[in-house]
Amino acid sequence: MASAGSKTRTSPWQAWGISRSPWVYHLATGTCNNCDIELLDCLTPRYDLERFGIKLVGSPRHADVLMVTGMMNRKCLPRFIAVCRQVPKPYIIVALGACGANKGIFHDSYNTVGPVERVVREIMKEDTIVVNVPGCPPKPEAIILGVVKGLKLLQERRR
Amino acid sequence: MRYVLELVIYPGFIFATAVGLLTSWFERKVSALVQWRKGPPVLQPLYDLVKLAGKETLVSERANSAGFLLAPFLGFAGAIVASLILWNANLGRSFLGDSIVLLYLLVLPALAVILGGLASGNPIAILGATRELKLVLAYEVPLVLAVIVAILKADSLLLHRLGNTITIGSLSGVLAFFVALLAVQVKLGFAPFDIAEAETELIAGPYIEYSGPPLAVFKLTHAMLLFILPLFLVTLFLGGIDFRGLGWLWGILKYLGVVLAIVLIKNTNPRLRIDQAIRFFWRYGLGLALLALVLAIIGDQVGLRWL
Repeated sequence: MASAGSKTRTSPWQAWGISRSPWVYHLATGTCNNCDIELLDCLTPRYDLERFGIKLVGSPRHADVLMVTGMMNRKCLPRFIAVCRQVPKPYIIVALGACGANKGIFHDSYNTVGPVERVVREIMKEDTIVVNVPGCPPKPEAIILGVVKGLKLLQERRR
Repeated sequence: MRYVLELVIYPGFIFATAVGLLTSWFERKVSALVQWRKGPPVLQPLYDLVKLAGKETLVSERANSAGFLLAPFLGFAGAIVASLILWNANLGRSFLGDSIVLLYLLVLPALAVILGGLASGNPIAILGATRELKLVLAYEVPLVLAVIVAILKADSLLLHRLGNTITIGSLSGVLAFFVALLAVQVKLGFAPFDIAEAETELIAGPYIEYSGPPLAVFKLTHAMLLFILPLFLVTLFLGGIDFRGLGWLWGILKYLGVVLAIVLIKNTNPRLRIDQAIRFFWRYGLGLALLALVLAIIGDQVGLRWL
């Protein structure tokens, strides 16, 4: 576990490689399935994300982009943390949909531990890049834009 | 020194990697076109490898780390030596029994996948590894029988001599080529025989615990197999690649044709269950291969070249 405040180091060629072939692992933490369907839409011939080397993988160990959908309920929190630990660094997290970005309609719910970014920053105490893509559900274009912005951040963070 | 250069640069590692990655792109592009998509850029397989090389290597607590990390290199070594032998045979440099050595070397990548899966300590990976093991038992006998047909037709164990004979010009050759094509489909782990790494049920099968550089080595081995196995079929059944004059162009066309057939079979067939696959190979695969062998022997004894 990375200690609080430590910066993850990413060398330029690592960031370049990831931006050229980001493999996506899809993690649902209590969703209504709408964002998941939009995410699958991205892989259809109309949007064809394989043009950019984006591929949906089944194992978090192969992933570079953790696509998190849903409002992160209490039962899902330990699972989310376990999956994050299994993703080889460097990687980015994309919080998909209104729920992932800011709890959405579950704002005052007793059962949610808050948006993905808060969980990563305050509970896991890590500085992994988190991109919020709002929308209920976000359009495939917005999802692509979110991934692109996350990868740009990763490349800018090279030190 | 010459052998080291051959192993590392020309017919060995770098050459096989380059051709394998290009073929890997060809496979993905054709798949994309079949699905009415645009498909990835030419260098995409290379980007994938560079990316994987830069990732962290994670070893699970339950894994046997030595076996887990060494297994990819076993298959990799087998693939390099196989590509060296095969290309040299096409260039006319062959040694006695190299076809048999090649058959043994081509089992190594499958063996590496099995070992890696079993060493990773993940139940799903172990399930995938046992499926791979069953598939090896299923396709290996028909494949060897098909190779024996080619050997009978060429009347020689030398790969070079095998490469000069167009086995597919006879009835038994067509049957044997068909069986060998399906066996190659399994060796490459493509649908309908992608049972071991079945994405929708076993996630990634034996590869599930692999991350970073070891996964890159597995991907690289697979890309090299995509170069070796179609070339193996071309050498054995379609008359090999002739480097005199414009023969190499015709050779490349034959190679691309075989790859195209493999990719189209991959894209137009649903995945079989493991028991269906084994039944298929032991009943129809073995039956066809035996029929081809009997026809070839009869043709050899009676003197009918077309049989």
